[in-house]
Amino acid sequence: MAIFLNKESKVIVQGMTGSEGQKHTKRMLASGTNIVGGVNPRKAGTTVDFDGTEVPVFGGVKEAMEATGADVTVIFVPPKFSKDAVVEAIDAGIGLAVVITEGIAVHDTAYFWDYASQKGNKTRIVGPNCPGLITPGQSNAGIIPADITKPGRIGLVSKSGTLTYQMMYELRDIGFSTCVGIGGDPVIGTTHIDALKAFEADPETDLIVMIGEIGGDAEERAADFIKENVTKPVVGYVAGFTAPEGKTMGHAGAIVSGSSGTAEAKKEALEAAGVKVGKTPSETARLARERLNG
Amino acid sequence: MDLFEYQARDIFAKHDVPVLAGEVIETPEAAREVTERLGGRAVVKAQVKTGGRGKAGGVKLASDPADAVEKAGQILGMDIKGHTVQRVMLAQTADIAEEYYVSFLLDRTNRTFLAMASVEGGVEIEEVAATKPEALAKIPVDAIEGVTEAKAREIAEAAKFPAELIDQIANVLIKLWDVFIKEDALLVEVNPLVKTGEGKVIALDGKVSLDENADFRQPDHEALEAADNQSGAAAELEAAAKAKGLNYVKLDGQVGIIGNGAGLVMSTLDVVAYAGEKHSNVKPANFLDIGGGASAEVMANGLEIILGDPDVKSVFVNVFGGITACDAVANGIVQAMELLKSKGEDVNKPLVVRLDGNNAELGRKILTDAAHPLVQQVDTMDGAADKAAELAAK
Repeated sequence: MAIFLNKESKVIVQGMTGSEGQKHTKRMLASGTNIVGGVNPRKAGTTVDFDGTEVPVFGGVKEAMEATGADVTVIFVPPKFSKDAVVEAIDAGIGLAVVITEGIAVHDTAYFWDYASQKGNKTRIVGPNCPGLITPGQSNAGIIPADITKPGRIGLVSKSGTLTYQMMYELRDIGFSTCVGIGGDPVIGTTHIDALKAFEADPETDLIVMIGEIGGDAEERAADFIKENVTKPVVGYVAGFTAPEGKTMGHAGAIVSGSSGTAEAKKEALEAAGVKVGKTPSETARLARERLNG
Repeated sequence: MDLFEYQARDIFAKHDVPVLAGEVIETPEAAREVTERLGGRAVVKAQVKTGGRGKAGGVKLASDPADAVEKAGQILGMDIKGHTVQRVMLAQTADIAEEYYVSFLLDRTNRTFLAMASVEGGVEIEEVAATKPEALAKIPVDAIEGVTEAKAREIAEAAKFPAELIDQIANVLIKLWDVFIKEDALLVEVNPLVKTGEGKVIALDGKVSLDENADFRQPDHEALEAADNQSGAAAELEAAAKAKGLNYVKLDGQVGIIGNGAGLVMSTLDVVAYAGEKHSNVKPANFLDIGGGASAEVMANGLEIILGDPDVKSVFVNVFGGITACDAVANGIVQAMELLKSKGEDVNKPLVVRLDGNNAELGRKILTDAAHPLVQQVDTMDGAADKAAELAAK
């Protein structure tokens, strides 16, 4: 079953004909994703060959959906065009829009989030500035390397790409139902809470690993949510204990402002909600293993 | 990026927010002419991107042009919380009757924007929020709709501004919203917003933070960033890294860090700090994310920056091979060492490398075969952090 993405998902790629889009469309196809089309108004009507698989290019998201029945779009378009690309996906009413692009202006993200809300949130947005999501063995929407893990019963939600990969790799013998990279920007679509809610309801997920980092209060709110609503075991990790105040640590959203957004506060909130929080990624993997086996 | 006060003032003026006349100078002598232009008196204000300058003696009143030269001389070069004062702003003096507070900011929690306003300005707003939360009005602002006339009045009324000032305050709010939207700001704050003896509302001190991701449509912002030529070893290293397109933050420890992916690098800093507790309390020396690619050139650039930090005693290269497999990363490290050697750089600090993920075995073999005398490998992140900390403590 997994969450948000499965083998029935029909995926289109906005920005498929660009270099990043091509590279990752090829990887997504190789990992079994059902890619049904790409979007580029200037190349509509052509096809792109990916090692023998011909993928048609459409002029717009709506057109691609009508022709293929697509229900997921993965967006690779450059930052300055991202707002329009996401708005187009929302207007077309696609179910899931995965925004990989890094470096989108916050005003643009706030705009398309507001736009999605006004349209009744019929389009789930994941990202921006995220690696996307993978349901191992079924579908891969984004840039997560598919071959570092296998299908299994752990659900993973994370703000960080490489920490997601690290965790997938450390627990590859157990495997994952779905891994969701929600992204490190100050404003994102799908949150830890959205993923926790879906994993709680997913019969194929037995344990949830949640990775957070400094900045904002998403982890604290997730902790409140877990306390009230999550019955499955949750294991957590928070990065950025040594980050100085007022400095952006790589991700646009990873910043401690004054006394808010610290790793310590997030860890305490999660522990107060009964979440086991690892001191290092490896210890977190060990805690997950123990919870599943114990 | 946070702006200096004088830059915020200029941006306010550009968008018709009422401000006082003011000019920025870098030498004491320049204060004379500017003060004459300002009417013979001036407030001399240190331009530093940190709070508490008033308490540190960074704001002084000059009663005449000669006094302004003297006061500017006292403030220029002053150290305020680790920031050296390179510029002062001379501003017109004001007859202040009341001090208020207004701001627009990003509300991450609600994924929208927020207006905050209070008639209790002139003090730290965090203090007002903590001790008198009812005195701080917080009104959400819809990203698409923005601040309309009605919204501006709603904010002003929620903050309980006096009735006779609502028109003026609403007008200032609309202009500040222009600044917020048109300049792609993450924060626009006026504290204090003052009412003068004549009943005029003026933005006396401002804080503006800009979104660098919007630079593609903000051609003027590059010049604002360039003005931030801070001196000091840390600032120079950060500037050099930025010039090479690297995501680098200088910290005050001894273990240089290179990793791929912001989350993994943050995590690496933490793991090194824990390991350091057993090794003379050594700490991470920097944050450096070389991103997904980890090519030889990027690796060499990263190493060059880190080895240029005199505080660094050992280097920890922590890479997880995801999209880029570990053999490519290992080749990148080997080539980077050669590249640095050919550039005449003296690589003389031990490197601890941890490779994991795709093709980890192959990557490790490449490094083993290269047998560089300064490079050693540890297979786990925790183990490698411990080794790097141990080497830094020697």
